[in-house]
Amino acid sequence: MTTELLKTPLNALHRERGAKMVEFAGYDMPVQYPAGVMKEHLHTRDQAGLFDVSHMGQILLSGPNAAKALETLVPVDIIDLPVGMQRYAMFTNDNGGILDDLMVANLGNDQLMLVVNAACKNEDLAHLQQHIGTQCEITPLFDERALLALQGPHAVTVLARLAPEVAKMTFMQYTSTKIDGINCYVSRSGYTGEDGYEISVPADKAEALARRLLAEPEVAPIGLGARDSLRLEAGLCLYGHDMDIDTTPIEASLLWAISKVRRADGARSGGFPGADAIFAQHQSGAARKRVGLLPQERTPVREGAEIVDAEGTTIGTVCSGGFGPTLSAPLAMGYVDARFTALETPVWAIVRGKKVRMHLTKMPFVPARYFRG
Amino acid sequence: MSELRFTEDHEWLRAETDGSVTVGITAFAQDALGDVVFVQLPELQSYEKGAEAATVESVKAASGVYMPLDGEIVETNPALDANPELVNEDPLGQGWFFRFIPSNPDAVGQLLTQDAYDRLIKANAEA
Repeated sequence: MTTELLKTPLNALHRERGAKMVEFAGYDMPVQYPAGVMKEHLHTRDQAGLFDVSHMGQILLSGPNAAKALETLVPVDIIDLPVGMQRYAMFTNDNGGILDDLMVANLGNDQLMLVVNAACKNEDLAHLQQHIGTQCEITPLFDERALLALQGPHAVTVLARLAPEVAKMTFMQYTSTKIDGINCYVSRSGYTGEDGYEISVPADKAEALARRLLAEPEVAPIGLGARDSLRLEAGLCLYGHDMDIDTTPIEASLLWAISKVRRADGARSGGFPGADAIFAQHQSGAARKRVGLLPQERTPVREGAEIVDAEGTTIGTVCSGGFGPTLSAPLAMGYVDARFTALETPVWAIVRGKKVRMHLTKMPFVPARYFRG
Repeated sequence: MSELRFTEDHEWLRAETDGSVTVGITAFAQDALGDVVFVQLPELQSYEKGAEAATVESVKAASGVYMPLDGEIVETNPALDANPELVNEDPLGQGWFFRFIPSNPDAVGQLLTQDAYDRLIKANAEA
């Protein structure tokens, strides 16, 4: 049985640009263009890359209680999220496991815009409707809006040519503006570790905007292959790989994303699913943690590779791994037993039956270059 | 230098005058793999037909290179350690993987010809 793949509004454009298309989260998506993953990755770090991330789910929450309602589902300060700001969050379940990670932006006028993962968007929508459906209006914009990401050190120059005011934005700021005459929501954020923007655009205007941006000399189209190597070098999690329903934010080394005000000793402590489990784990320490790993040989160490100690005892598993074009070396993230998370601890991965020495390292692997003003 | 032969796993073979057979992956295969970042070369030993002799790691994924016929590997390409990208840049030349002595020298001639391989690629593309 074959299922018809979903298409983003840029599908024809991807094919026109010679993209290799693959299935991703039920969508027909470009994994790479003729330049290839390596060149696309390096181009993004050097100039500017345009990514189609329209498969991700955009959901609008509106009403005077929207922020208060959303706070009951995420361990993050939403009530005091300023107008014109975006924040990283995750939906947790009663065990403290992560249902999905997402971005939340305050549009003002009692409106919040959420961006959730493509593979989770229908479940996320049902989750929102079930738990806070009576407290605010929930509007999925899955077909109405597309999402483009313009990433890299020249993204600001390019986008400011079409909308000069975006140059003044700082990391995680969010605004509504016209780009080349098209009404868009723009955030200064992304999934590459670079400065850049994410642009929410009406679906029927997405192709025109993408063509306009691609016409700029600094901009090249970038596929999901380079998106993955870029986010891995930036030490950013990919849902379903680096965290899932059986992973807590503490285990995923995402404590930084739990707002202080929502923690055990915070003014609005708890009140989200799994709070007790997460607080207990924060207090006593998780049994395993997500760490950065640098293989000391040239071979990439892939997702699923076993991690062992000096005696060969299994102490963890690689959750994401590959080759970092900017790092010019293999890199990985993995979950290891908490007793082995100190930076000088010797660990090995098993690759094709052989031990490959790995160094634990701080993340990101490649320094982030967000514009903080 | 004799004409190339091919396998359905997208390897090419060339019988050399010294009785050895050189093996690499085809232009089609390297294009499908994308940027090659590492090649795990085989040991200098005998392998059975179909055994995974080498592994190619591209930015995207790892793929096996299978022994095309029974035989003993006598040489591997030393250039691939430092320059795995040769597999992309010159798959039929400097990007070769290994040389082996086939147990049955006549078996090479029974593999796919260039025409047959081209038809296979075309059929795959239309499938």
